[in-house]
Amino acid sequence: MELLSGGEMIARALEDEGVEYIFGYPGGAVLHIYDALFKDCKVPHVLVRHEQAATHAADGYARATGKPGVVLVTSGPGATNAITGIATAYMDSIPMVVLSGQVQSHLIGEDAFQETDMIGISRPIVKHSFMVKRAEDIPVIMKKAFYIASSGRPGPVVIDIPKDLTRPDEKFEYHYPASVKMRSYAPAQRGHTGQVKKAAKLLLSAKRPVIYAGGGVIQGEGSELLTRLARELNYPVTNTLMGLGAFPATDRQFLGMLGMHGLYEANMAMHHSDVIFAIGARFDDRVTNTVSKFCPGAKIIHVDVDPAAISKTVPADIPIVGPVVAVLEELLTQVGAIRGKEKDLPDQGALERWWTQIDEWRASHGLWTGRRYSESKMIMPQQVIDSLYRVTDGNAYVTSDVGQHQMFAAQYYRFDQPRRWINSGGLGTMGFGLPAALGVQLAFPDMDVACVTGEGSIQMNIQELSTCTQYKTPVKIINLRNNYLGMVKQWQDMQYEGRYAMSTYEDSLPDFVKLMEAYGHVGMEVHELADLDAKMEEAFAMKDKLVFLDIFIDPMEHVYPMHIAPNGSMKDMWLSKNERT
Amino acid sequence: MRRIISMLMENEPGALSRVVGLFSQRGYNIETLNVAPTHDSTLSRLTLTTVGDDKKIEQITKHLNKLIDVVKLVDLTEGAHVERDLMLIKVRAQGALRDEVKRTTDIFRGQIVDVGPNVYTIQLAGTSDKLDSFVAAIGDADILEVVRSGVAGISRGEKVLSL
Repeated sequence: MELLSGGEMIARALEDEGVEYIFGYPGGAVLHIYDALFKDCKVPHVLVRHEQAATHAADGYARATGKPGVVLVTSGPGATNAITGIATAYMDSIPMVVLSGQVQSHLIGEDAFQETDMIGISRPIVKHSFMVKRAEDIPVIMKKAFYIASSGRPGPVVIDIPKDLTRPDEKFEYHYPASVKMRSYAPAQRGHTGQVKKAAKLLLSAKRPVIYAGGGVIQGEGSELLTRLARELNYPVTNTLMGLGAFPATDRQFLGMLGMHGLYEANMAMHHSDVIFAIGARFDDRVTNTVSKFCPGAKIIHVDVDPAAISKTVPADIPIVGPVVAVLEELLTQVGAIRGKEKDLPDQGALERWWTQIDEWRASHGLWTGRRYSESKMIMPQQVIDSLYRVTDGNAYVTSDVGQHQMFAAQYYRFDQPRRWINSGGLGTMGFGLPAALGVQLAFPDMDVACVTGEGSIQMNIQELSTCTQYKTPVKIINLRNNYLGMVKQWQDMQYEGRYAMSTYEDSLPDFVKLMEAYGHVGMEVHELADLDAKMEEAFAMKDKLVFLDIFIDPMEHVYPMHIAPNGSMKDMWLSKNERT
Repeated sequence: MRRIISMLMENEPGALSRVVGLFSQRGYNIETLNVAPTHDSTLSRLTLTTVGDDKKIEQITKHLNKLIDVVKLVDLTEGAHVERDLMLIKVRAQGALRDEVKRTTDIFRGQIVDVGPNVYTIQLAGTSDKLDSFVAAIGDADILEVVRSGVAGISRGEKVLSL
């Protein structure tokens, strides 16, 4: 058996785990590991400019590929800088393994240089964490970490490694286990058959059904089966912000996103439904509006691999704990069996009336047929997303930051495939978009990767432009430039009588075109609607260049629809600045 | 409603902090907490009492079960069970009070485990209610120090919490 040092075991375990990229930043406590990576490791390392970006890049990689993202940071500030990215991954259930260096074992607790209690600091935002106590445990801990991160409800796992356990002069027998078993960890493998049967019956008895699918369907690779179920039954589908792409957005049965900035037709259908089939979704407060008024006439089937997600906010009538694929497979069988015997299910007359109603909603205030954004001489943000959609044939990987631009992108870019829409939904992390796009582009070098952002968000991790130069990642940055923190401004317009408390940069924004040139990228300003498509095409035609489109949009535009809160229900929405349901 | 939740967890560093952290993180309360290794040195038994409606308790048990270090869990209050809280209490014992404290201790079936010229230290085991009653019977004015173990509990009959 081969003898390896702690540092070498880490490098080898990453190879054995099939890791494609390590995103990281070296420092004192991880130098032995870095030396091992340098000397003999097939896994390329991506040097970011700030550890937060390492976690977001690994996160973007994980969301786009479905494989766990890997991060390597040093102790102290390296570890704490990674925290926001770990929390982002935790909130959206993204598989990630974070290796953090720690001071030498004998110094722990002595406030040593660059010491911080990483296990303690990260505890509320990890699925699990390991403190390595003996170097010989490294292979098993690595295996467990990858297993935990990517199974069940995925999430980030931290491994904290004291420097002395990675010393090059102490060698151990290396054996990477093929699998691990843990007596205290056994994620559900399938749903309860009786419950699935009940769900099939309820689903088929529906007169006004809605399928409400979230990010869990994407994470659990259930998009295909979900689409099959929906089409087989001709039921309408809405996706959460995290679930966009789980069902093809250009399909007639798709109602669009639901929730605070969900589409009118999606929120109306939810509110008036009699059966909601919720899968891989968690009834987040940005979806439900006031919980006590949530969908008063609906019976709820709730499928999730995490039992704690079920009945957390909205009680489920039929809870099913299990992975989406196994549950959907069984559900399809059950639905088929019932329909074999009772051929008139579901009630086609009722379903037809339901679709007529939905089409009326679409025609009155729907995003594509009823509603129009404000008229303006300036470029409207919605037009930018629409242009991006057309120029990329709806095929791009789109990352976003957080704010108005994120909502416009979610509403107007029609994602027909899972894993194409990459955004921080749960934590709402500004600064996510650019590093995430870097991770996606590395995973898919030949694909179009767009980062939809704003001047606020992009400046939160703008240093990664340098990383993009180093690794030649030709991301296209679509900056919806309104000179405000747009979503903050929108709330200040709506709730604070237009007092724009600290939500404008006045004249302090950099010249982004020059900034891009400084980094060796291309920057272009767009002021006229007439130029928009041409510039967009020009940008995407530059296959090997990072291009930053600084698109000056109407700063007064708001994101609508918007739930009326507090005390509103799903159907209570602002449809424009002066029009409400 | 008061619940006694008891669990077996990996006897690993940091396991306890995950349990305690979960409670503060999600806004739940721990009223008492008791933890010690079992006959199997790889496992600790942790028992805690908390208060909440059914929905809250369901969330608490689900989240506890999700913790990787928690191996198995039971809500003892769902069935017949034995619960014990152990108290060591130091009280003033001078003059007439000396006999009075001794009598009260006997009534509660406690034991005086340390005697000083002016103080008694009494050991008392029982349900939390019983210990509360004893504390009330002695009265605040004469109590010098109270130490309680927190509730430990076990199911009645054949039912066991084991792997």
